[in-house]
Amino acid sequence: MIEFDRVTFRYHDRPDPVLADVSLTVGEGELVLVAGRTGAGKSTLLGAVNGLVPHFTGGHLGGTVAVAGVATHTRPPREFAHLAGVVGQDPLAGFVTDTVEEELAYGMEQLGLAPQVMRRRVEETLDLLGIADLRRRALRTLSGGQQQRAAIGSVLTTHPRVLVLDEPTSALDPTAAEDVLATLARLVHDLGATVLLAEHRMERVVPFADRMLYLPGDGSVVDGTPAEVLRGTPVAPPIVELGRLAGWEPLPLSVRDARRRAGPLRAALGPPPARPDAPAAAPVLRAEGIVVRYGPTVAVRGVDLDLHGGRTLAMMGRNGSGKSSLLWALQGSGPRQGGAVRVDGRDPGDLGAGAARALVGLVPQSAADLLYLETVAAECAAADHESAAAPGTCRTLLDRLAPGIDGDRHPRDLSEGQRLSLVLAVQLTAAPPVVLLDEPTRGLDYTAKAALAGIVGTLAGEGRAVVIATHDVEFVATVADRVVVLAEGEIVSDGRAADVLGGSPAFAPQVAKVLGEPWLTVADVRAALPEAVR
Amino acid sequence: MRRAALTTYFLPRDLHPAAWWAWTLGLAVAASRTTNPWLLLTILAVVCHVVVARRPDAPWAAAFRIYLWLGAVIVAFRVGFRFVFGGAEGQTILVRLPEIPLPAWAAGIRLFGAVSAESLLGGLYDGLRLATMVICLGAANALANPKRLLKALPPALYEVGTAVIVALSVFPQLAESVQRVARARRLRGGASGGRGRRRRVRVLRAVIVPVLEDALDRSLKLAASMDARGYGRSGAASPGARFVTGSLMITGLIGVCVGVYATLDGSTPRFLATPVLVAGLLVALAGFRLAGRRVRRSRYRPDRWRLPELVVAASGVGVAVVLFATSSVDPTNLNPSLTHLSWPLLSWPPLLGVLLGVLPAFLSPPPEHPYGAVPAAAEKVAA
Repeated sequence: MIEFDRVTFRYHDRPDPVLADVSLTVGEGELVLVAGRTGAGKSTLLGAVNGLVPHFTGGHLGGTVAVAGVATHTRPPREFAHLAGVVGQDPLAGFVTDTVEEELAYGMEQLGLAPQVMRRRVEETLDLLGIADLRRRALRTLSGGQQQRAAIGSVLTTHPRVLVLDEPTSALDPTAAEDVLATLARLVHDLGATVLLAEHRMERVVPFADRMLYLPGDGSVVDGTPAEVLRGTPVAPPIVELGRLAGWEPLPLSVRDARRRAGPLRAALGPPPARPDAPAAAPVLRAEGIVVRYGPTVAVRGVDLDLHGGRTLAMMGRNGSGKSSLLWALQGSGPRQGGAVRVDGRDPGDLGAGAARALVGLVPQSAADLLYLETVAAECAAADHESAAAPGTCRTLLDRLAPGIDGDRHPRDLSEGQRLSLVLAVQLTAAPPVVLLDEPTRGLDYTAKAALAGIVGTLAGEGRAVVIATHDVEFVATVADRVVVLAEGEIVSDGRAADVLGGSPAFAPQVAKVLGEPWLTVADVRAALPEAVR
Repeated sequence: MRRAALTTYFLPRDLHPAAWWAWTLGLAVAASRTTNPWLLLTILAVVCHVVVARRPDAPWAAAFRIYLWLGAVIVAFRVGFRFVFGGAEGQTILVRLPEIPLPAWAAGIRLFGAVSAESLLGGLYDGLRLATMVICLGAANALANPKRLLKALPPALYEVGTAVIVALSVFPQLAESVQRVARARRLRGGASGGRGRRRRVRVLRAVIVPVLEDALDRSLKLAASMDARGYGRSGAASPGARFVTGSLMITGLIGVCVGVYATLDGSTPRFLATPVLVAGLLVALAGFRLAGRRVRRSRYRPDRWRLPELVVAASGVGVAVVLFATSSVDPTNLNPSLTHLSWPLLSWPPLLGVLLGVLPAFLSPPPEHPYGAVPAAAEKVAA
């Protein structure tokens, strides 16, 4: 269905090719998972399928890419609308109309299908994706998962021969991601759709992928079944790492597979890791009765929270449960209708913006909003100036967080992880004892997440109190001492990470699902294994 | 049989936007023909009644209240100006304000001074007429989704229509990113930095640069998505056909321009006026037609022109026609005299004519709920 014949792609200003001599064939009805680090060429590979690469992006493509026998160099991407349906990361950015129903019809209108056909296909697609009750809703008012399903529906209506999805869940919370991936699984199983899918959260897709393409980043492609490919990749979902550690063969790809084989491993394990208990020291930040409301909607409903130095707290809960509002209220920049915050005897909400950030530093969800200068060096100099720190403070911090970023580069050209490090360095220049991170793992791959976990460990090691609002269960399992779960603006559970995560079906990391409550990460298991097995 | 037809006729649906526009324009034209306050107030009552009865429960419909306020402001201004810039025409002087003497170069302008009832009344009538016309336009905006009107454009203008729709949806997004960035700026210490003008430039830059980058990013993504989904598939048009339609449209539009100019300017030869205007229009229409035929694009659930649309449009046009007809029969009551103060009189023909306009409130199907089935109604049925 899709054929790559000795495809090489390079951008004009870079010497190394993004794809080098790639040949592969995707057959009908296959679900192919494309994995690799950020910048390894996943998006290039996917974009080449319908000709957006190189027609839209520029660059030079050698070799041939063909969909259903039509080569992409012969026609512009719009002539592939009926062959390849493409869904991007941010559904809202790709919507042309403003209601669900019109969006579903848009592609068909461009193809000039007959009105009765359009009407029928819209109804069928609404049912297929379970969004019939949203048909007249404005797209902007939908939740992320609903938007992404509408986006998938809008390309399905043209009955494309292949479906191409570029990280469709990277901007979604776990429930919404689950929704979208379940929809995809259904399309693959019931309709036999041919799907090419790039995805960071491999663990969710691997169980039903037929094939996996791994891009190591040097332009080559490793092609094989998921179990074969994952044996050699440097990054893998926790369940695969556990399988490698225990020497299971073939590698388990789902929790079910792993759990059925986990008996001997469980018996061989020593005592579970000891985790630090709540500290006796006085809290660095004490918040009482925080209330945040926007008109009639209450975002945060009288929350009390203490933060201790040297500890990392993870804040979890579905979208709209009040996590961000609480973080902004603690920092003092966001609205706060009631309650008090005390850091060092002062309330950051009563201070000016400059004084507040010396007490509490916040890295917001869209971290790039804080950057506005042309070079990394200029941003660092501005940060030193803003917090009246010695020149070079910010640059030193940045080199500790992410070494080797060229000062002349534009902040927008940095990778997601590097940009996050830059913003974090800018905020740390003011030397706040409390650091709040809102959704820092969004768009980070496994490697970048591991680096971030290291950074968080360093911050806590310096005696700062760190709060991370996130949906990423596996990340929380590696970094957090304490977990707070919010729902409807209230704290519904608060306790040690092992207690809160291990016992919950929604928040349990994969390792806990396989081995039981006290085991959260592969590192825990490795530490508890007797020497002989290790 | 007849009953079934009636039921179908009154099934809730959104009428063709052009029908509502025809109706409101008819009423606006009628309003422009008269200054009789009774007639104008009747028109206003008719418009308000129909809007309340037939507007959908959608965000754009809520803007009607703003138009009512705008109307009130127009009337207040018109009357207020008569106080400020003197309104002494007529015999019945109501108040004598102290006049402010102006220098000689401002001769002809008077500030304050005597104010007569006649001139105040003139301001009131005039203001009321303008306000009624503005409110009529507001009614069109409330009754018909403005975006659906764009969708009803002829096929040749489809791409322009899409561009306008996309541009309209950009504004809420821009406002959102400005808010987000301004909030994020506080996190970097917001107000600190240099002083005076330099600081203002920095502040502006700190907000504008991220917002513009965001907007540019979004538009690139949107363009890629539209391209991937087949926007602008040209189909099979030969360069020759393209040349013919292009030149037809341009020649036609030039003809229209010349024709309009000649019609307005009495000194140009007459053969340049109406004949050229009509010929230009015909050529341009032919061009549009050809361009439209080339477009291989279809429309999902287009608004159709059915009997209720006809009724609505006819009632609006009817009002305008009646007022045109009565102005030749009975001009005094349409424009009450301002030289002799008297209660404006009202005669039956124009009043009945204006009341024709209320028919859509009863003879058009109710609008659909914009967000599909109302959950409350469904529950009622279930219970």
